[in-house]
Amino acid sequence: MAEHDHKLIHAFGALADLGQEIANKNNFQETIRTSLHLISGALGIMRGAVARYSRFAHELNLLAVRGLGEDFPLSMSLTSEDERQFLTNGLVPIEVSQAKVLPFFQVYDASFERRRLEMFLPLVVRDEIVGAIFLGEKATGEPYTSYDKEVICAMGQHIGVAITQRNLMAEIERRVEENRLLFDEMRSTYHDTVKAFAAAIDCKDKYTEGHSVRVGKFSEIIASELGWGNEEIEGAAVAGYLHDVGKLTVERKIINAPYRINAKESAELNRHPAVGFEILQPIHHPYTDVPLAAKYHHERIDGRGYPDGLHDREIPFIAKIVNLADSFDAMTTDRPYRARRPAKEVVEDLRRNAGKQFAPELVTSFLGGMLKELQGEDRNKRFRRLLGRDYMEAEGIVEKLRYTLNEMEPTTPMTFVAAASIGERPVH
Amino acid sequence: MIIDNGTVAVAEPLSEKSVIFAGDYLNKLSGERLEYDCKRRLEAGCKEIVVNFSQTEIVNSIGISILLGLIDTAASNGATVVFSDVNENTIELFDMLGVTKHVTIT
Repeated sequence: MAEHDHKLIHAFGALADLGQEIANKNNFQETIRTSLHLISGALGIMRGAVARYSRFAHELNLLAVRGLGEDFPLSMSLTSEDERQFLTNGLVPIEVSQAKVLPFFQVYDASFERRRLEMFLPLVVRDEIVGAIFLGEKATGEPYTSYDKEVICAMGQHIGVAITQRNLMAEIERRVEENRLLFDEMRSTYHDTVKAFAAAIDCKDKYTEGHSVRVGKFSEIIASELGWGNEEIEGAAVAGYLHDVGKLTVERKIINAPYRINAKESAELNRHPAVGFEILQPIHHPYTDVPLAAKYHHERIDGRGYPDGLHDREIPFIAKIVNLADSFDAMTTDRPYRARRPAKEVVEDLRRNAGKQFAPELVTSFLGGMLKELQGEDRNKRFRRLLGRDYMEAEGIVEKLRYTLNEMEPTTPMTFVAAASIGERPVH
Repeated sequence: MIIDNGTVAVAEPLSEKSVIFAGDYLNKLSGERLEYDCKRRLEAGCKEIVVNFSQTEIVNSIGISILLGLIDTAASNGATVVFSDVNENTIELFDMLGVTKHVTIT
């Protein structure tokens, strides 16, 4: 076989390997290192380097180096004249000895001479400099031929594309990160606004201070116990925080009345779910159903609620959650006309009203969460923080919860075992 | 002889002269192992590296680049490189790319 054919086959093999290396999308740094090996090995080049161009810093930064020594500059600046000339030149190898008029080759002449660099290929892709290849002398000691230059061009195109792809990926990653930060910021602003609204609502009623915030947190607990995802749990919390926003339009004296309000006052107070819906509806919430939770949080499963007297399946699920959270908070906090009710009594009330006022599956989830915390299976102390340790650890509450849950869900293994362990007979 | 994954085998312990066997296919993986071994020996003061190609059928472009790098490193450490038992095809390749100008072939 003629030497020329042999060379061609060898270079073709290197080019095929380079194409495969770039298509494999391995680690970028490793791809460039391998590319330098392939170009050196294809033509028998003693040393060289591949650099990426930073168009912001106007610098060529070395990505891979072979045999250039530790004193070779890792970063080299280009002037606008260099850039202009390289862009005009395009992806064509430049003989270092012929290019000494350019500032770039004057500045780094000593380094190039010392390491006997003979060839420089600006990597120009779509009229943009993306990098460069530096090549030393050939092992044969002969000058580069036009055939060598064609091989360098072909391989340089591949390497240029690899660098361009990497730059695009880096740009996409940067923008995704920027969007993520922006989204987090907006989300945080939204949550702060929601909390500010909740505080504003609660300010109207000195007896129920913190009510909206607590309803938000209880709603969050219920959603979490239902196994919802983070987004949905956050949505439930927001629905809880804003459920009473309609009360902002109700006169303070009605809300704070230390006596049983009359029918007219009651009618005005009962308008707050519909008013809340009107306030929240035009807002584009990141979570669905927030306005519906405000509108229907006083509806009951048995249809005896307000404003529309909806029945079970007609009531949006989120409104059922907020309804339970709202009622639970009302029962467990002091009111002007009565003190907070004992925990056991509240549990009993929830059980009795499951299927009437509350959705039974929500009651069992909620009470199940409470039991898990009391039994130490959930160490988040969510209930203790909201209700106080003494209240939560009242005598007999664990047994009451076990018994209630067993009554409501006799087939659940956890409650079955729990009930059996305290000597109670599970009801089937 | 210490056989290492069937790619590169080291024949002798660290000394002034070291014989290193290239595997049957000198590519990126086996080449980098050979390069690592040679560098370790050069740093330990070895003055002659003999790369034995008796098992080597093919040397690809990356293998060539690694061998050129090895020659360069050996020269800057004041050491020489000898290639032994190189088959005819590989000799032809080394000749074509100028590798033989920098090493002694035995």
